[in-house]
Amino acid sequence: MRAVLLAVIVTLGTGACSPIEPWVKPYERENIADPIMAFNRDPISQAYIDHVYEVREAARGATGSSGGGCGCN
Amino acid sequence: MQSKQFGTTLARTLALVLLVATPVFAVSTSAPAPGFSLPTRGGQTLKLADLRGQVVMINFWATWCGPCRQEMPLLEKIHKKYKPLGFTMLGVNVEPDPKAAEAWLAKEMPVTFPIAFDTDSQVSKLYKVAGMPSTVIVDRKGNVRVIHKGYKPGDENEYLAQIRALVKE
Amino acid sequence: MSSTIWSRPLRFTISRCASLALLALSTQFAAATVLPEERADVMYHRYDGGDVTVDGPSVLVRKNIGEKLSVAANYYTDFVTSASIDVQTSASAYEETRNQYSLSADVLNGKAVYSLGYIRSSESDYQADTAYVGVSQSLFGDLTTISFGYRYGSNEIGRNVAGVLDPDFNEEMKTQGYTAGVSQILTRSMILALNFEVVTDEGFLRSPYRSVRFIDIDGSQALQSESYPNTRTSNAASLRGKYFLPWRAAAELGLRYYTDTWGVRSQTIDVGYTHPRGKWTFDGLVRYYQQDRADFYQDLFPRRNFANFLSRDKELATYDNVTLTVGASYEFRIPRLAWIDKSSASIRYSFLTVNYDDFRDATKSLGKFGVLPDEPLAPGAEPLYKLDASVMQVFFSIWF
Repeated sequence: MRAVLLAVIVTLGTGACSPIEPWVKPYERENIADPIMAFNRDPISQAYIDHVYEVREAARGATGSSGGGCGCN
Repeated sequence: MQSKQFGTTLARTLALVLLVATPVFAVSTSAPAPGFSLPTRGGQTLKLADLRGQVVMINFWATWCGPCRQEMPLLEKIHKKYKPLGFTMLGVNVEPDPKAAEAWLAKEMPVTFPIAFDTDSQVSKLYKVAGMPSTVIVDRKGNVRVIHKGYKPGDENEYLAQIRALVKE
Repeated sequence: MSSTIWSRPLRFTISRCASLALLALSTQFAAATVLPEERADVMYHRYDGGDVTVDGPSVLVRKNIGEKLSVAANYYTDFVTSASIDVQTSASAYEETRNQYSLSADVLNGKAVYSLGYIRSSESDYQADTAYVGVSQSLFGDLTTISFGYRYGSNEIGRNVAGVLDPDFNEEMKTQGYTAGVSQILTRSMILALNFEVVTDEGFLRSPYRSVRFIDIDGSQALQSESYPNTRTSNAASLRGKYFLPWRAAAELGLRYYTDTWGVRSQTIDVGYTHPRGKWTFDGLVRYYQQDRADFYQDLFPRRNFANFLSRDKELATYDNVTLTVGASYEFRIPRLAWIDKSSASIRYSFLTVNYDDFRDATKSLGKFGVLPDEPLAPGAEPLYKLDASVMQVFFSIWF
């Protein structure tokens, strides 16, 4: 049942048949697409500083994020 | 008993959702292309109606869109090749500030086809642009014949085939 | 007290946690429908603090193969020179080299990206192998991205005695991590991301080198081996948001909450600002991290074998860490190399201050490197430890 629900969400979401119109249109993405708005602008630097924290702290995880960008194609 | 009821409800909901969700295109093939009037790079104003009689390929693009930039040189090639046969490429830049587009075109990508600036997104809304880049091919009579969303290398072959057919009309 | 066998408590934690951080290299999609940018970076990194220096290179290359595949490779080294507080109270300063290699691939399929990767970290007494898979799907007109990931790690732990590996010491630990995340574009200028991560460790989880201290029957302080549970499960949840400011700048806020079965609880909050100006981009970040100790951690135990589990790892203590990071990046062109779209030179400095609430500077009673201080303090009366560190990153990047 949960699988059905998930399948419905994904099908609706991928635009195959989507009743939810995106409120930020594809041609309105210039701010979100700006490199300064990326969660991880320099992966080599982010990986290193995450490593520095993780070595010295007990906490681990939930540090990465994806999404945003130009939403092209 | 309960699961049967749920199953029926779910099926009904899905059917309803699918019915409601059928996308309604503002532009659909074989319908007239909505007219518009936009400022261009040279400083003039361009009206879609003025291009009646030519095959027009309208390409919605932006400098911040990777695939759009990737596609540009190919659009220039297509324009050069088919212009003598009554075809024109028309680039519609969707950015609110034309400065970025002008700078990029001047420095990186000099093109010979007209570029119009849709700074208030009126034309993008009119054509219900649903992806970046978006391409709409209009025939000589002013009807929309092809709608293409996105760009992947290889798409230009499709464009060439479609234009070849339309140019013969 | 000859205890070269206790010589390396810090390095153990470096290698154990190394592979997790490298996963940042895999979560760098700009959007779930376009492959990540092709670029190469070369970095020099350096950590200086608490009498520990760790520096070395990091090289990262990412290339597209065809239109649907992106591969990345990273080579990273830590050259460690350590005379940390743990080392000072137990024996002699040491040097160590840790090498890390990683490879990853991302496959684009419509609105989804599938990733997999492998990381190997090795040093003289620690080998860590990690493999991970992930999927990221773009939904609702590319406004929402959901991601799931799984990783499996298998580590082999050895112990150096007088510079040579002890042939009778071969321990193992395994780790599994599960991540789930959703990011949502809220407005033309704002994006929010929610992430969850569960990690389970199993096996040999302590350092072979570190000891705990306790008050012996005669009132003096003595040392005994640490003893840890052989499992650990942790949960972390984070919320991050970025906001585009009208004058072209980005503000960022991050919150993370962490708990684990060892009793550790922590909160992280960070606030950042990025400001481009012409060819320059400046950024700043303030990060506050607060942690409550593990259940079995104590700086000084009241007697030998106080409990089943004993630890004096300051990383499991109660403390807070304030970090200030500033960075600058300059973008330029290399006219002679036309295949390079753009390049940049960047520098980033971080200043950390860690204030421990229940970890004391035991060199004031135990002495440094076996040499007792002139006026040794009573155990438990030493001042609380404070650590200041600076971190520097210098890197060059090219996009092609």
